[in-house]
Amino acid sequence: MISFRYARANDVADAVRQIAGDPNAKFVAGGTNLIDLMKMDVERPTKVIDITRLPLKQVENTPGGGLRIGALVRNSDLAYHPQVEERYPVLASAIMAGASQQLRNMAPTGGNLLQRTRCCYFYDTATPCNKREPGSGCSAIDGQNRMHAILGASDACIATHPSDMCVALALLEAKVHVSSALGDRVIAFAEFHRLPGDTPERDANLNAGEIITAVELPPKGFATNYTYLKIRDRLSYAFALVSVAVGLELDGDTIKDGRFALGGVAHKPWRDPQAEAALRGQPANAATFAYAADVLLRDAKGYAHNTFKIDLARRCISRALMQAARGTPQSQSSKKIA
Amino acid sequence: MTTPEAVSVRLTVNGTRHSFMFDPRTTLLDLLREHLDLTGTKKGCDQGQCGSCTVLIDGRRVNSCLTFAVMYDGARITTIEGLAADGALHPLQQAFIDHDAFQCGYCTPGQICSAAGLIAEGRAKSADDIRELMSGNICRCGAYTNIVAAIQQVMERS
Repeated sequence: MISFRYARANDVADAVRQIAGDPNAKFVAGGTNLIDLMKMDVERPTKVIDITRLPLKQVENTPGGGLRIGALVRNSDLAYHPQVEERYPVLASAIMAGASQQLRNMAPTGGNLLQRTRCCYFYDTATPCNKREPGSGCSAIDGQNRMHAILGASDACIATHPSDMCVALALLEAKVHVSSALGDRVIAFAEFHRLPGDTPERDANLNAGEIITAVELPPKGFATNYTYLKIRDRLSYAFALVSVAVGLELDGDTIKDGRFALGGVAHKPWRDPQAEAALRGQPANAATFAYAADVLLRDAKGYAHNTFKIDLARRCISRALMQAARGTPQSQSSKKIA
Repeated sequence: MTTPEAVSVRLTVNGTRHSFMFDPRTTLLDLLREHLDLTGTKKGCDQGQCGSCTVLIDGRRVNSCLTFAVMYDGARITTIEGLAADGALHPLQQAFIDHDAFQCGYCTPGQICSAAGLIAEGRAKSADDIRELMSGNICRCGAYTNIVAAIQQVMERS
């Protein structure tokens, strides 16, 4: 790890003032991803601004009936928050499906959005990686790509976004509140993370000098018919091969409204309006779900080691939609898949 | 390379107050082991994957390898050395002995600190819950069955 200057910020204005104009400065809060990457020399900030003292630790009801989550609310506190457990159980479930309790006790909401890919080449500074070093090439396309993307990838990068929490936030259509020296703005969750295209070094549409201050959940929480189903190489504490978050609104056996979002398959949490349209007004049965899965995966493309993910995703989508329709969400404790 | 600017930090470790000046790159894990000679907390992977460095910061279990110690200025740290009180083993330490919940013992301090955090969280109700909520602590000897039994014993008695 290279040397850095350590500084503390007292409030948001102080934080954005301290980071303004310094491209080599980084905010640190949980540190669970940044410190790891600094040890590997993947991240090399010369100044680290500690934002853990900022007053961004509240979970508050919004006037519109939603919930505003401060950027520094720790993952475990958020998953166990009574309002989240009751009104947004798919978010609580997705958080509990990710990482370990030690990491959830450290990692804050804002940092979860900004965690970097776990592609092994991104971590290995001895290999080319366009995300780490633009223009150097992608080692994963013809390399070890079992964990990699099957949707939305480019010739420059086939990395996946590792977060579980973000898959639920995509489903819930959260909004990301950010601040900078230029003022405040709100980013729709679908617009927050980026596809790699030819600029895979940029994970998110967050500008230099901006800080995430809060994540806002709209009122609709899908608290009755939901699930978060995550398939991974071991039963706990592993990144998703494929994960599916579902929220349904049913009228008897008919789907009034349905959403589903996938993790582990793309550079961002993956939703597809066409696939969700295939649910609306249809009977909540296996045929509908299989068709919606096929629609979502119509352009899926596998590489040497991950083509299995296409079929795995198809089955996960069908299973997750059925779990949600039946009101039997996946338990993150007992690993039996309902 | 720039010269690191030393930072000053105060921490209460196992009930004793300390003041330090150190390089801001110092992790809490290295501070405990190298500056305080509290070598009960182990460095396994140093990447947050194995859990052997688990300690309690203000009562919450965390991976001390993924922290800059300076970020926890003013905090109260509890390590495996701080669990026993008045010459008596902590109930979890006794339960790990009762259930033969270790073999080589390298992961054990982290397992026990993590279990202390788990019990304080009050969320685990079943063996399944314990297994899930202890998944951040890897045991390569495979003592998991006995680790779960040891934690269950303490949960039932507390």
